[in-house]
Amino acid sequence: MNPGLALGVVGASLLTVAMLFTAGWDLPPADTQQTGYRGTGMVVLQDREEQTALRAANQVPPVPWELDTSGQKASEVYENVQVLGDLGIDQFSRLMTAITEWVSPEQGCNYCHNPENMASDELYTKVVSRRMLEMTQAVNTEWDLHVQQTGVTCYTCHRGQPVPQNIWFRGGDPDDRFAMAGYSGGGQNTVGVGNTSLHADPFSELFSFDGVIGVTGPTALPTGHEVSIQQTEKTYALMVHMSQSLGANCTLCHNTRAFNDWNQSTPQRTVAIQGIQMVRTLNADYLEPLTSEFPPERLGPHEDVAKINCATCHQGAQKPLNGVSMVEDYPSLRPEQ
Amino acid sequence: MAMLSFERKYRVRGGTLLGGDLFDFWVGPFYVGFFGVTTAFFAALGTLLILYGAAIGPTWNVWQISIAPPDLSYGLALAPLKEGGLWQIITICAIGAFVSWALREVEICRKLGIGYHVPVAFSFAIFAYVTLVVIRPLLLGAWGHGFPYGIFSHLDWVSNVGYQYVHFHYNPAHMLAVTFFFTTTLALALHGSAILSSANPAKGETVKTPEHEDTFFRDTIGYSIGTLGIHRLGLLLALNAGFWSAVCIVISGPFWNRGWPEWWNWWLNLPIWS
Repeated sequence: MNPGLALGVVGASLLTVAMLFTAGWDLPPADTQQTGYRGTGMVVLQDREEQTALRAANQVPPVPWELDTSGQKASEVYENVQVLGDLGIDQFSRLMTAITEWVSPEQGCNYCHNPENMASDELYTKVVSRRMLEMTQAVNTEWDLHVQQTGVTCYTCHRGQPVPQNIWFRGGDPDDRFAMAGYSGGGQNTVGVGNTSLHADPFSELFSFDGVIGVTGPTALPTGHEVSIQQTEKTYALMVHMSQSLGANCTLCHNTRAFNDWNQSTPQRTVAIQGIQMVRTLNADYLEPLTSEFPPERLGPHEDVAKINCATCHQGAQKPLNGVSMVEDYPSLRPEQ
Repeated sequence: MAMLSFERKYRVRGGTLLGGDLFDFWVGPFYVGFFGVTTAFFAALGTLLILYGAAIGPTWNVWQISIAPPDLSYGLALAPLKEGGLWQIITICAIGAFVSWALREVEICRKLGIGYHVPVAFSFAIFAYVTLVVIRPLLLGAWGHGFPYGIFSHLDWVSNVGYQYVHFHYNPAHMLAVTFFFTTTLALALHGSAILSSANPAKGETVKTPEHEDTFFRDTIGYSIGTLGIHRLGLLLALNAGFWSAVCIVISGPFWNRGWPEWWNWWLNLPIWS
């Protein structure tokens, strides 16, 4: 056998072994959930082991202690309590303790507070936290079409980390011409969103209020509806992001025979569109205005503030934290309107 | 239909698998046999049930008539007739008819003393169908994973099942199956045109021999697979097309339940660069 052929055979055999034995195959059964009329193939398919691991990784932390709403108000005891001043002193301390566990368990109170003067706003983290508390309250009161009665707390995103794990900045390295075109740095053959080489940053455009996500034409045949390949890829990238964030496939929300048709979509799609509006609003109203508060090392390559997307809360689960409501235990995060 | 003078010579008794001499006869040009009777029975019953399903359904539009499998909630149980039970019985009828047809082919092969290549080849198509409506639903735990019997509805099923795995074209077995389907048509087109070109020489010339066909391919691509070889190749390509189709759908769900693009992470994870 000539050496070139031998090398080829050995190489091909090694690759075959790699693909057959390292691809992470699964064994039946898998969990399936029907999302459309029988026989349409509208089924959400989930890996059993992965779901078990996800449930374990998304446990809600225990409350520090039972709530006692009696006693003086926080604003009467402490200075400069702008958002939570109406809380009882016990409820206030309990929330502060919980937030420390949720956001800065290693750094402690001093991550936001000057221990010499707890009322001082000199640390940027305290200013940001205050705005984030307002954002949490806004989500729980104004966005119930998306978060329902489950609501969110700081923990939904932070999970014990000062900076939530899933955030995004505007498009990659500003000196990389591929990144400028929206692809993950280094060109097309690199892994971007959801292990594809789609745009790594569909968010800058599609999570702005002018972003147009729908790219499907209204008729089966081309009748003047023109959308560029780039625009379509951005939409695909966003959809793959949503799919990854929720650990669900396309058929959770769509009947793929007509992605755009609301009449053929599942109710989950209406929840999702509310979520997109919520992300747009929160980024614009709460996060972007904080840009000047952050030190430079917290900003992205385009000196923009860290922003949220679907993964920030969902973290692979269709319902964040398995759908368990933490707000029930912290009523101050969902103030009466 | 009149029988050609030499045909009677091949119409011999025996070779049946079941039924002995009872069904060993012809109706016009058709050999009957025990499995001819069962084919007719299952095909007729299945077709009538489809017509019944259409009659109790919302439309007579032939494109839109659909016999859908049961809801997933029925699991592997029997469903009421109007809620997927029809689909279950029609599936049994279809498999009964296809398998009977293959066995009838076996009996004819035995009569003629030829190999079983035709029924073996047909069984690959049956295997692909059974994989879709029996093996995969069994592995996933519900008959509802079968595809609906309707012209448009089964296409919608294909679309949605594809998107269950985000992008089905990244399914490696689907890639193989598609490649084999295309290569089958390429081989058939080359073979068909080669034969026709030999059989249709210029006016006034005699029909050419297989040597001419071989020489055409030797001159163009340096090699001719030959008169018997092309049929071996055709069979190999066609059977692989059906076989890998069955593989590509049975691995989707039972053995892989993420997006197919992610399957290719084995490439990214090769120890060479990861």
